[in-house]
Amino acid sequence: MALRQCAIYGKGGIGKSTTTQNLVAALAEMGKKVMIVGCDPKADSTRLILHSKAQTSVMALAAEAGSVEDLELEDVLSVGFGGIKCVESGGPEPGVGCAGRGVITAINFLEEEGAYDEALDFVFYDVLGDVVCGGFAMPIRENKAQEIYIVCSGEMMAMYAANNIAKGIVKYANSGSVRLAGLICNSRNTDREDELIMALAESLGTQMIHFVPRDNAVQHAEIRRMTVIEYDPKHKQADEYRALARKIVDNKKFVIPTPIEMEELETLLMNFGIMEVEDESIVGKTAAELAAEAA
Amino acid sequence: MATLTREETEALIQEVLEVYPEKAKKDRAKHLAVNDHEANAKKCVTSNRKSLPGVMTIRGCAYAGSKGVVWGPIKDMIHISHGPVGCGQYSRAGRRNYYVGVTGINAFGEMNFTSDFQERDIVFGGDKKLAKLIGEIEKLFPLNNGITIQSECPIGLIGDDIEAVSKKATAEFGKTVVPVRCEGFRGVSQSLGHHIANDAVRDWVIGNRDNKPFEQTAYDVAIIGDYNIGGDAWSSRILLEEMGLRVVAQWSGDGTLAEMENTPKVKLNLLHCYRSMNYISRHMEEKYGIPWVEYNFFGPTKVAESLRKIASFFDDSIKAKTEEVIAKYQPMMQAVIDKYKPRLQGKRVMLYVGGLRPRHVIGAYEDLGMEVVGTGYEFGHNDDYERTVKEMGNATLLYDDVTGFEFEEFVKKVKPDLIGSGIKEKYIFQKMGIPFRQMHSWDYSGPYHGYDGFAIFARDMDMTLNNPCWSTLTPPWKKPQAPALAAAA
Repeated sequence: MALRQCAIYGKGGIGKSTTTQNLVAALAEMGKKVMIVGCDPKADSTRLILHSKAQTSVMALAAEAGSVEDLELEDVLSVGFGGIKCVESGGPEPGVGCAGRGVITAINFLEEEGAYDEALDFVFYDVLGDVVCGGFAMPIRENKAQEIYIVCSGEMMAMYAANNIAKGIVKYANSGSVRLAGLICNSRNTDREDELIMALAESLGTQMIHFVPRDNAVQHAEIRRMTVIEYDPKHKQADEYRALARKIVDNKKFVIPTPIEMEELETLLMNFGIMEVEDESIVGKTAAELAAEAA
Repeated sequence: MATLTREETEALIQEVLEVYPEKAKKDRAKHLAVNDHEANAKKCVTSNRKSLPGVMTIRGCAYAGSKGVVWGPIKDMIHISHGPVGCGQYSRAGRRNYYVGVTGINAFGEMNFTSDFQERDIVFGGDKKLAKLIGEIEKLFPLNNGITIQSECPIGLIGDDIEAVSKKATAEFGKTVVPVRCEGFRGVSQSLGHHIANDAVRDWVIGNRDNKPFEQTAYDVAIIGDYNIGGDAWSSRILLEEMGLRVVAQWSGDGTLAEMENTPKVKLNLLHCYRSMNYISRHMEEKYGIPWVEYNFFGPTKVAESLRKIASFFDDSIKAKTEEVIAKYQPMMQAVIDKYKPRLQGKRVMLYVGGLRPRHVIGAYEDLGMEVVGTGYEFGHNDDYERTVKEMGNATLLYDDVTGFEFEEFVKKVKPDLIGSGIKEKYIFQKMGIPFRQMHSWDYSGPYHGYDGFAIFARDMDMTLNNPCWSTLTPPWKKPQAPALAAAA
């Protein structure tokens, strides 16, 4: 089986890293050879696989050694649960330097050092929430991730973010082979969440590949720096991640997304009662003015 | 060849514009003009705009304007090129700003100090390295009187807090440390770099000695905007001193931090390069009420004019001495003119340089009986062209940020006897058979300022124009046959 490279995007705090690691653990359980590349200066994309606080990152090691050329692949690559290979690109603390350049440098290093070997079935890039600059688009450039999964929920901002990410994908899809492969709904227990995300997926021309229900087992496992698959393999939540993994293995629906206009998205949200119908007559009016009008 | 008429010059501009695509033509048309004393000077030429891609512009960047021009010559400070190694290395000692001092002891212009950025400095930020570098400088070169941080492009992208590093280092070492945000991508040319550098002087240097004792005299002046190319500031300074003035500071050729700090104590600022240092002159006028006056020390006519203009700010004793100075040099200058004018009379010159020279050297050529028939600025603004229109003859050519193509075509049609521009133009025009002088570096000669400078200027123009090599450009077999031989055959 040829190597499939997948990138996981989504609004910050939506659960990308947790979902990715549980999904990857399920793939490993199925016997797949997988690598995770964390593309976030926080370096928390591999902690559940490695049972560590934060893996020592490529950039941290490079800073210590002098330059990235001084590093060997085995310096940066750790192997965790199920033989999953883990790399963190790393980067600066907030407010200094250039995190985007860190992602670019780390991914170039992995390519040059032959980290993407023949035996791998999957590479997953877990990318910082907002694609704020070219560096965080690195995983979806030519010859890297071809499949993009967006983690979202039925909350308004998560859906805005998903639509914006779809816009970003269009830019790279038109010039390369990157495709949107589906939305993963990481449930926040909002009303009719599955229907809403399915409707959004349809608008974007894609699918909701799986609905991951909310379950405290995830948190219980996370406290122990483990995935649910490893911590409690018999739990029903583990089966959800297995189902997601199976669907991704079998996924054939790769599309150039059709991001929607803001108005269309708002209409969708209104239809599902997430957003109130806007009253244009009150826009830009102060409390005093409204009181005067009411009188 | 006779000088072109207005109509011919206008036709020449149209002809040159013809090769451009529509959009480029529209843009370039605004930068080219026929000089007209009557027309509104402000509208004649558009300047200080972004260059078009592909036109082979001669411009530099903001870092070049700050590090290379304004700050670099301050000899007793160490100027750190903050970023990757190239900017500092290729601008090291590249300008001929002479100074007195011992490299590594009390002068540092020939050395390259850089934070030599690597990938990790981009990713994790370079401010820690910068702080360390300043500490090392203090250990290795303890006699430096201060430090400037010249930002290269990446600094503006990764947001290094160089101001915080400067403040901390100033407190730690008790020396002036100046952060300069002169990232190369800012602005359209080196001109913004001059402005940024001036602002850094204003914010981090100018007020440093306010309320501190200083032995003032009524005749204190500062030379502003003389970079001492080939010793220009020195041949200017002696004239000012002879007329009874005390030169407290030279900015920035052969200059020091102390001189800059003492400048607010002077009575008058003398501004030579208006373009690069008008900002700080205006600031000192606003803050300290110090008047400033533009002057021109190229050629005896302009020197005498300028000396009298400067003297007019002082008492009669200075005015009297100024007349003595002019009278003293007058016969020497006449001797220079008598010697060279017959050899240069009527020769036509085209210029393309930066700063003040596109207009300031016109007088020196005219003193030798020569005529400047075309001129332009690399990075001038409207106020430069306003000042230029009246110096140039009617129907001469003005070209702003001239492109490689335009310059060559103008030269082919105008057929000047001499071109004054930079190293990048030199060999092109020499190969076209046209005598050429570098007017940035004085072609490794100089000084050209002041009375002493004019003697050298006149000699240089003569030896270039009348060099016997130009008559040997055509090989014997391509020369027209001598009439005697033709008759014999």
